[in-house]
Amino acid sequence: MADKSTVKIKVEHLNKKFGSLEVLKDISTEVYAGEVVCVIGPSGSGKSTFLRCLNRLEKASAGLIVVDGEEILSKQVNINHVREKIGMVFQHFNLFNNLNIIDNLTLAPVELGKCSKEEATERAKKMLERVGLEDKANSFPSQLSGGQKQRVAFARALCMEPDIMLFDEPTSALDPEMVGEVLQVMKSLAADGMTMVIVTHEMGFAREVADRVIFMDGGYIVEEGTPQEVLLNPKEERTIDFLNKVL
Amino acid sequence: MIRIITVYGPMLCGALGRTLLLALLGLFFACIIGLFFGILGVLKNRACNVISQIFVDVIRGVPMIVLAFFVYFGIPYLFNTMIGGFNISLSALQAGTICLALNCGAYMAEIVRAGIQSVDPGQMEAARSLGLTYGMAMRKVVLPQAIRTMIPTFINQFIITLKDTSILSVIGFPELVNTAKNVQANTFMSFQTWAIVGIMYLIVITILSRSAKMVERRLSIGR
Repeated sequence: MADKSTVKIKVEHLNKKFGSLEVLKDISTEVYAGEVVCVIGPSGSGKSTFLRCLNRLEKASAGLIVVDGEEILSKQVNINHVREKIGMVFQHFNLFNNLNIIDNLTLAPVELGKCSKEEATERAKKMLERVGLEDKANSFPSQLSGGQKQRVAFARALCMEPDIMLFDEPTSALDPEMVGEVLQVMKSLAADGMTMVIVTHEMGFAREVADRVIFMDGGYIVEEGTPQEVLLNPKEERTIDFLNKVL
Repeated sequence: MIRIITVYGPMLCGALGRTLLLALLGLFFACIIGLFFGILGVLKNRACNVISQIFVDVIRGVPMIVLAFFVYFGIPYLFNTMIGGFNISLSALQAGTICLALNCGAYMAEIVRAGIQSVDPGQMEAARSLGLTYGMAMRKVVLPQAIRTMIPTFINQFIITLKDTSILSVIGFPELVNTAKNVQANTFMSFQTWAIVGIMYLIVITILSRSAKMVERRLSIGR
């Protein structure tokens, strides 16, 4: 699925410090068009921070990040333009509590002048249909279950027609029985050829869907490769140790 | 008592009207000042935060009666006499409005800051991740949620400001307390005069807080 000729995200020698605490140390990797990359690792390993650096929700301290040909750490880049092409899904959904579902979906496209209110509503309805929630258009976020909220969050990101999607532990805050419905939507996205970077603890999902798995620990990329290599035949001591604990 | 009401009633009602006018003017500008300094206080910019904090600390640290004298007498004296070449004179209404706006504005700034900070930071992050600018995210997502949580504290501040207008009797604005002083001086009926004035405040503030409660209840529907 992954098209190795087009690099969507290039990261070189990325370093991130919070004060004196170094959370990311010399991270380098590339993500190709249509590739699904799962980032796994223990809490505090820097995987969420890594993800958040990719759309500059966290500003990297040093290094180079190129997304869709834009060097996002450069001062000349309008980060808002870059973000329009990068959808992000959060652990705690972060739906806009003051808006109903349809307005959650149309806010950004309309506000940014991407399309008219009517077109945005039309597209929003299609996206809701895609995640199976077309009947919730006029509900408020507080009236939905966790799994439903997360699917709305997917639809909201998709309404901006992104090239890349970032997922920050999208199933970690869900009841176990709602995890499936959310993973299902992610699988269908992957099947459509969306470029995806997913921070997750769902090893089964990673093994099934990922083209590549990155294992992080202590701010470093310890090991990366196909799910076969990393999850089934890990080489590094630390990876083996981690997988023994979670599987 | 009856004599005061029949003879001085219209005068006291006029004074109450001026009290309300002063309070409304003060509140209007206080909202603008409060929103401005409140937002300055949450921006990710150290200098802005410091400016906001200094404004709040200075105004909160000075009794309003001192502020009133300072604005009404001090400022014109500074420009007209100490610097010279100016001919500034503030009416009692202008000075009173400035005073109330500054004083109430400082408290509003704190309410606004706390209100904005009470909104989950994830809301801002989600909005920014879609490509919205900071300003858009603030206007469309964060502020609407912040304002809802601020409403009860806002109402409380409105009531305090309405009562604070009485302090401005010291600069001679003919609001309710100032007028009542004249009534008392004319009639020597202190008990009756101040009882009537107290009841007048009580009625207005009760109406205000009851209707504010209704607004609050209506706004919380669909939450």
